[in-house]
Amino acid sequence: MANSDNNRRKFMVTTLQSVGLTTIGGLLWSGYCDEAKSSPLVLRPPGALPEEQFLDTCIKCGLCSEACANRESNKNRDGTQREGTLKMAKGGDHKLIGTPYFIPTEVPCYMCDDIPCVPVCPSEALDMKSLLNKKGELEINKAHMGLAVVHKESCVSFWGLQCDACYRACPLLDEAITLDYQKNERTGKHAFLLPVVHSDVCTGCGLCEKACITEKPAIFVLPREHSMGRDGDHYVKGWDKKDQQRAGDRKLDEIETHDKRSEKSPTDYLNKEIEY
Amino acid sequence: MKNLKYLLLRRATQIGLMFLYFSANAYGWHILEGTFGSSKLFGLIPLADPYTALQALSAGFLLGGDVIAGALIITIFYMVVGGRAFCSWVCPINMVTDLANWLRRKLKLDKEEVNYRFLKRRTRYWIMVLGLIVSAITGIAAFEALSPITIMQRGIIFGFGAGISVVISIFLFDLFGVKNGWCGHICPLGAAYSLIGQKSIIRVKHNHEACTNCMDCKVVCPENQVLHMINKESISVTDGECTNCGRCIDVCNDDALSFSIRDLNKKS
Repeated sequence: MANSDNNRRKFMVTTLQSVGLTTIGGLLWSGYCDEAKSSPLVLRPPGALPEEQFLDTCIKCGLCSEACANRESNKNRDGTQREGTLKMAKGGDHKLIGTPYFIPTEVPCYMCDDIPCVPVCPSEALDMKSLLNKKGELEINKAHMGLAVVHKESCVSFWGLQCDACYRACPLLDEAITLDYQKNERTGKHAFLLPVVHSDVCTGCGLCEKACITEKPAIFVLPREHSMGRDGDHYVKGWDKKDQQRAGDRKLDEIETHDKRSEKSPTDYLNKEIEY
Repeated sequence: MKNLKYLLLRRATQIGLMFLYFSANAYGWHILEGTFGSSKLFGLIPLADPYTALQALSAGFLLGGDVIAGALIITIFYMVVGGRAFCSWVCPINMVTDLANWLRRKLKLDKEEVNYRFLKRRTRYWIMVLGLIVSAITGIAAFEALSPITIMQRGIIFGFGAGISVVISIFLFDLFGVKNGWCGHICPLGAAYSLIGQKSIIRVKHNHEACTNCMDCKVVCPENQVLHMINKESISVTDGECTNCGRCIDVCNDDALSFSIRDLNKKS
């Protein structure tokens, strides 16, 4: 009797210990995976699904990167061989290991017409459908790998110097980046040529970032979820008939906004300081 | 002079396959492209690792047709023909752990396998299941996020970076830590292939009549629990954990071991 009690006890203890160890392992492993996938500022190949989805869909095979590396067009102007755009994240790159990405200042995306990197994707992490135009052909201009952002304080055009390097480098010349002409009041006789990026056109290829003349580029590509705001559905462009439809048939006096502040009377909050 | 036939054949296969993968990136060859996660043979036939595909599935994502088809092709191949041959004939980590094992024998570091309390040979199956659970929790293929196998393979194809440290760790772990530690106790991919290849037809066969009980085979075998029939019965090695590496056949001086086709009529 005592012996079987002992056996049972031993069995229970071993089971508990195994469960405990498995839990520790599982927690550590989950922790690692969760940290590993949180590398926000990474640019993915054309057609990539939104980052969160991309990370669970990408099977890390490297076929996109191989297709990118082996282009006859991967040549510099002087005829020397150029590296492919896409890299595979390795240990120490601080990106989820084995996923493809690119760094515009090293090799930007040259936006090949036939987009070799996308159709080879076996897991559809690079979504070909998102790059098809109305005729059902691949169209690289539909890619949204990121969005270029201008830091106007370090951009010499905003100083009044005549630089349009990014504007000229852009593959969608005068569409993704346009120049805004403004009078230079300081000299009184010159114009500012200010680069303006249009997010509906910009593919995020990074040629502008590569071309930028400043020590650290004043124009740079960020993933879209980090470089764009979101207006939500609250504000409606009343002057835009199509947008106005979103408001529906509601009369103006039916449209009311309620938040914490509206519980108080206007005199209350106008006379007091309000914490926003 | 010992016979090295299968050892050399295996090394040639492993290095050859790695070279083909490498060339797909370096020279644009369309023979074998991609990595184990998903490959293309001759730019046409999809191949994919079944365990990776399972992780992706449990991470909550419906796989593209190519990956499903590829995983099926690989599964069927090892299930019917190869057994756990991936581990010893394809996987590049095998060269690292074999080297550790060889050094271990040369340096006479504990020749016998130590029986650890919580690191048993069946631990890998738990890790395999745990990998699927962690994939489901974190939403990414959990083992792929740190797999030394594909880290080494991508290292060979695209460059190692800091990834080499993982390979070195495995080497040191197998050399100074646990005998056959990685491949025999931990690797969930090997566990998956053990399960897949259980019923495959290519098997090592033991001839009890010829055996002189020298036990060389058991010393060299990385999974020597599968050789329980040595000098006992003339049967095939049917355990799925046998990697079909053929080292036992190489070292046997009595012709008591050979590759054969599993006897399908007899239940063994």
